[in-house]
Amino acid sequence: MKYVDEYRDGQLAREIAGRIRNEADPERNYHLMEFCGGHTHAIFRYGIPDLLPGNVKMIHGPGCPVCVLPISRLDAAIELAVTHKVILCSYGDMMRVPGSRKRSLLKARAEGADVRMVYSCTDALKIARDNPDREVVFFAIGFETTTPPTALVIRQARKLGLTNFSVFCNHVLTPAAISNILESPEVRELGVLPLDGFIGPAHVSTVIGSQPYEYFAEEYQKPVVIAGFEPLDVLQAILMLIRQLNEGRAEVENEFSRAVTEVGNEQAKQIVADTFELRRSFEWRGLGTVPYSALRIKAEYAGFDAEKRFAVKYKSAGENKACECGAILRGVKSPRDCSLFGGPCTPENPLGSCMVSSEGACAAYYSYGRHQESVFASDAENGAVTDVVPDATNIAKERSL
Amino acid sequence: MTKGSQYSHRLDLENGRVEMAHGSGGKAMAQLIDELFLQAFSNPWLDKMNDQACFSLPAGRVVMATDSHVISPLFFPGGDIGSLSVHGTVNDVAMSGAVPKYLSAGFILEEGFALSSLKQLVESMAHAAEAAGVAIVTGDTKVVERGKGDGCFITTTGVGVVPEGLNISGDQVAVGDKILVSGTLGDHGVAIMSLREGLSFETTIESDSQSLQDLVAAMVEVVPDISCMRDPTRGGLAATLNEIAQSAGVGMQIYEAQIPVKPQVSAACEFLGLDPLYVANEGKLIAFCPADQAEQLLAVMREHPKGRDAAIIGDVTEDSLKFVQMETTFGGKRMVDWINGEQLPRIC
Repeated sequence: MKYVDEYRDGQLAREIAGRIRNEADPERNYHLMEFCGGHTHAIFRYGIPDLLPGNVKMIHGPGCPVCVLPISRLDAAIELAVTHKVILCSYGDMMRVPGSRKRSLLKARAEGADVRMVYSCTDALKIARDNPDREVVFFAIGFETTTPPTALVIRQARKLGLTNFSVFCNHVLTPAAISNILESPEVRELGVLPLDGFIGPAHVSTVIGSQPYEYFAEEYQKPVVIAGFEPLDVLQAILMLIRQLNEGRAEVENEFSRAVTEVGNEQAKQIVADTFELRRSFEWRGLGTVPYSALRIKAEYAGFDAEKRFAVKYKSAGENKACECGAILRGVKSPRDCSLFGGPCTPENPLGSCMVSSEGACAAYYSYGRHQESVFASDAENGAVTDVVPDATNIAKERSL
Repeated sequence: MTKGSQYSHRLDLENGRVEMAHGSGGKAMAQLIDELFLQAFSNPWLDKMNDQACFSLPAGRVVMATDSHVISPLFFPGGDIGSLSVHGTVNDVAMSGAVPKYLSAGFILEEGFALSSLKQLVESMAHAAEAAGVAIVTGDTKVVERGKGDGCFITTTGVGVVPEGLNISGDQVAVGDKILVSGTLGDHGVAIMSLREGLSFETTIESDSQSLQDLVAAMVEVVPDISCMRDPTRGGLAATLNEIAQSAGVGMQIYEAQIPVKPQVSAACEFLGLDPLYVANEGKLIAFCPADQAEQLLAVMREHPKGRDAAIIGDVTEDSLKFVQMETTFGGKRMVDWINGEQLPRIC
């Protein structure tokens, strides 16, 4: 497939992997966080850990929109469909996430709620136009990539004079989450989470540009490489981070120069700024309450804001106490550290959000990687990893578990 | 037409619709059977109009399989629910190495369903049955109220006879066997997906729906030692390999670079966030055979028009955990796990 196969070339991958092996200093470890779930998915799907030397560790970040949405907001969405009897339009990934009492949108649908899976928010708008006598709510989630389309449909709905369409807005912001991780006690004080550099998501930067990351590079002295989602992009980004670390640099570099610019997409940013405003704080699953980390619909579009229209109330909802999604989303723990992983919690019967989305670390780890011995930072003693490439003894050990 | 004269008007197969009376056991039902089903399926067993079909089978082990079809939409590029209902069951019978002989067909029709569509489906079934060398010898029709069905559901059951000397079954798969596929994967699922509401995209991909009994006959004639065959329908290649790994108590190692997938199918899967290994097929088979006969089997398959794109895609390995693993084109390794629920598209 043109424009895809080029970025999955096995020969090139071996060459880059060879360079990584040559250039990675055997005297130290490299702890690199891929922020985005899309990268986590690519890393597992293409078996990238097999190509990395033992001292290069990937830590999975919280960039999975399904995973970080708190239960209370999912419960609210289910309530909209069940109690307010709206047609609730949701992206597919969200449908299976368990809320309180293991209720999910799919289960609500089975019980009679009108929940529809859409591929695009414009589909939700069409459903609203086709059903003028029903309230239609688009369950908007996602990072900066999915925000401009949501802004556009809100504006489109106003232009069309639709009175039965609204958006339940849960859009969140990448830089705020990275700040939160870098400010967390695990990184700053306790040293539990060694973090040497970040792979930034390219699709987010096609909108916001590379500029917002300059702050992390400067303030926290952490190099950032913005990378695409093909496996070669990821490998190349790892090599670029290793080079920066070896040279003592902490800069923002752009691996995805084929689409990302420094300033991003000005038009998209403007539409978002015109439609949304910052929330003072927002709850993230795993990260807790993060200041200025999410968007809400501006007052002038209040008629399209489902939270206002239906006076949505949030009831705090507890997570399963044994579930480690929180620590996993912060990169502090690995899926294997969770006592529920692979036992009570599997992709068929997910207890935590990281097991639901294919971008969640637990699901990726379970579906693609559970044949392997540890290849991820917190699987083994941090900083004391010597050889993590699976060998026969390691596999035997894992299989006796 | 056997009893054509007893009805005052012919069935309106152009503009008529299915009515509750067509499933009531009365004259309307008899007319539907006479003027539609008997016309299309006519054979000595069905024409006797008994409540059952009575036939003899050649000596040997008898195989039986059943399959219900509830596909939406009913008509899709490359086929329809009628031909699919024949192919599905014929293939299930054939995967044992058997020669499929007879089919039964049960129809659940929704009140209001266009008789013209039903006629099209029934004729398509008849063609598919003829091409597969099977006779539809008995059947049943029920009608459900409007809104309680999806136009037309079809259940078929098939019987066939296994030629002597074959023992083809999931538990026969042994460590060291080679794994072969008969052609490109994911065509059917992507063709159906392209018509889904809210998703419709233009594509030239057609469903691969076809019966495989002739390909199977050619294969078992040359390599009777085939350990197992399976058609990777729902859940795709991944589900089928995992099922067999479980039942045979083995592991599997496959090679992504060897797995045939049409570029259009890869592309569609790419933008939908799906994995072709999990997408349904309706006209492909997976075969396991001893390693020393794999090349010979591959050659036979490739000579057959239904196996032109056949490939050896991996090996059966010893693995107490029964994992299916894949070496990616990229050079890494990963598991190929069971599908969990429906494949859901990713958000970004």
